[in-house]
Amino acid sequence: MTAKTLYDKLWDAHVVRVDEGGASLIYIDRHLVHEVTSPQAFEGLRLSGRKVWRSDANLATPDHNVPTTDRQSGIADPIARLQVETLDANCDYFGITEFKMDDIRQGIVHVVGPEQGATLPGMTVVCGDSHTSTHGAFGALAHGIGTSEVEHVLATQCLIQKRSKSLLVSVDGEVNAGVTAKDIVLAIIGEIGTAGGTGYAIEFAGEAIMALSMEGRMTVCNMAIEAGARAGIIAVDKTTIDYVKGRPYAPQGDHWPMAVEAWSDLHSDADAEFDKVVHLSAATIKPQVTWGTSPEMVIAIDALVPDPANELDVVKREGMEAALAYMGLQANSPINQVMIDRAFIGSCTNSRIEDLRAAATVAKGRKVARSVKQALVVPGSGLVKQQAEAEGLDQIFIEAGFEWREPGCSMCLAMNADRLGAGERCASTSNRNFEGRQGQGGRTHLVSPAMAAAAAIAGHFIDVADLDSLSTGAE
Amino acid sequence: MMKAFTKLTGTTIPLDRANVDTDAIIPKQFLKSIKRSGFGPNLFDEWRYLDHGEPGMDSQNRPVNSDFVLNKPRYQGASVLLARKNFGCGSSREHAPWALEDFGIRCIIAPSFADIFFNNCFKNGILPIVQSERVVDALFKACEATEGYQLTIDLATQTITTPDGETFSFEVDAFRKHCLLNGLDDIGMTLQHVEDIKIYEEKRRVQAPWLFV
Ligand code: SF4
Repeated sequence: MTAKTLYDKLWDAHVVRVDEGGASLIYIDRHLVHEVTSPQAFEGLRLSGRKVWRSDANLATPDHNVPTTDRQSGIADPIARLQVETLDANCDYFGITEFKMDDIRQGIVHVVGPEQGATLPGMTVVCGDSHTSTHGAFGALAHGIGTSEVEHVLATQCLIQKRSKSLLVSVDGEVNAGVTAKDIVLAIIGEIGTAGGTGYAIEFAGEAIMALSMEGRMTVCNMAIEAGARAGIIAVDKTTIDYVKGRPYAPQGDHWPMAVEAWSDLHSDADAEFDKVVHLSAATIKPQVTWGTSPEMVIAIDALVPDPANELDVVKREGMEAALAYMGLQANSPINQVMIDRAFIGSCTNSRIEDLRAAATVAKGRKVARSVKQALVVPGSGLVKQQAEAEGLDQIFIEAGFEWREPGCSMCLAMNADRLGAGERCASTSNRNFEGRQGQGGRTHLVSPAMAAAAAIAGHFIDVADLDSLSTGAE
Repeated sequence: MMKAFTKLTGTTIPLDRANVDTDAIIPKQFLKSIKRSGFGPNLFDEWRYLDHGEPGMDSQNRPVNSDFVLNKPRYQGASVLLARKNFGCGSSREHAPWALEDFGIRCIIAPSFADIFFNNCFKNGILPIVQSERVVDALFKACEATEGYQLTIDLATQTITTPDGETFSFEVDAFRKHCLLNGLDDIGMTLQHVEDIKIYEEKRRVQAPWLFV
């Protein structure tokens, strides 16, 4: 038998049929559903008189549009409210389990799936959202789809797909203290670029990746799409299995040992060949901050904002100049002197319990700088919120001057009321720093939770390690 | 049912920007709609209007950015869009092709497209065509220089014909071509293989029973 990559194993295990032209019909084990990309798919089913093929393979929750403040009074925006109500009605009608807005299990779909054990090793997982790549952290083949494909999965439990090429990104050795999963993935994107993974499924590997917790692995896979790849995957090991065990949708009883046995093969064979291989040395990675309007425009916290004059490629140089103008930054200025207006800790990249713990460790006993207008903490799900409150993290945040919110996407894309004003600068733990992403004219800098908390305290970007030597003036 | 795409002769709009993302094509506030249609008036909303657009506004009464190419009288009624590289990058929102289709665009010609957007076009009766930078650039120049410039796209023969009679051939995946030519939607096609899906499912149920509880 020839050696296989993890991607090959996952793909081969899900092929239903291959047609003459080479397009494959792939079986989908788990379909996650949210309010924004599903209404038209359900409507399509109704119009054509089709049924949901396997309602138990679907799991739904509203996330993009939900308010993160007072839930009692419902959603103020009537159009957003109708969208969430439509999801509720569709799930009820088609018999799909949904964690509704008032359910403690509600949250960002990419936080909820793994938390429930609804994302399992060896699965194919899809959702009408590009950050579905997150679920690849479990050794699952997971990617985002459009609404027509949402309808296709609902009706047939399958998708028509073409095999991707394989890219191995290996982060070798150990990271230094204070360097997190977010810094690793930003450094990877800085290295390979936002189109570096286009057409590939990326397998993340190496000591630094396998040393990460599941939360950290999800952060890395979440941003595979920002490197141009629809899917990111990580091999299954003890960390994966320990995380999954005992979760509500995880295999129970006799099924558990069967599943663990089956999952033991979910890694690339030692001599498997990849179409492309990239190595990074973990020890060289420092805490990262993006400076521009694309995730690849990223530098270390102790670096200077790059100078377009040093860029030889004309298209790139123009892109850098436009980004600096939009971001209101000077070339060659130290990034750690850039002042922020707001901080946002949340999103499907960084709103899990470990992310909140990391931010709380920084916030503890300190105060948000007076110059910062708002520092938001938005947990990824109701259960994350509950856990954080049980650990007293909410009190740490509130005492430090952060706002403690209800779970949802929030300021990650600003579809609800949480958003940046024009020209406002934000230290954000989300995944996209595109123009206008967090509000028209808003300026987003992507960072880790610890770095976002540190920036909120200092009022400007700062290496967490330097926070102690700083007099915040807040006492 | 999806609209079939066979042969089209249409006015062509040159949109001279690279990396046009799905948020520019249809801004996020319009994603709150639960409908599949009606996005046309908000296609490229931030570039097309001078005010900030919100769902429910009457686009007839909004101040228009007359410099933006879509608003130029000579391009009214266009059905072919010329674009630059990496068109449609960003999110998976299918609202982007819905907005283009609702506006009347049936074919987009660019040097490259983002993966999910490219895929989404085919599902909505829009033909995205990849051409070399050189050809796209030549088309841009000719289109901008000639009022009433119309391209003819023939899917069956896989050719683009200019008003001068010059033709360029293009590549298209055989399966997608078949679906577009016949207006077949993927779901109908897949449901012809119900037996295969059931056989697979039974096998999987034995191998991984924990997925079926
Ligand atoms: S948190 Fe942000 S990136 Fe994640 S699903 Fe929500 S909007 Fe998308």
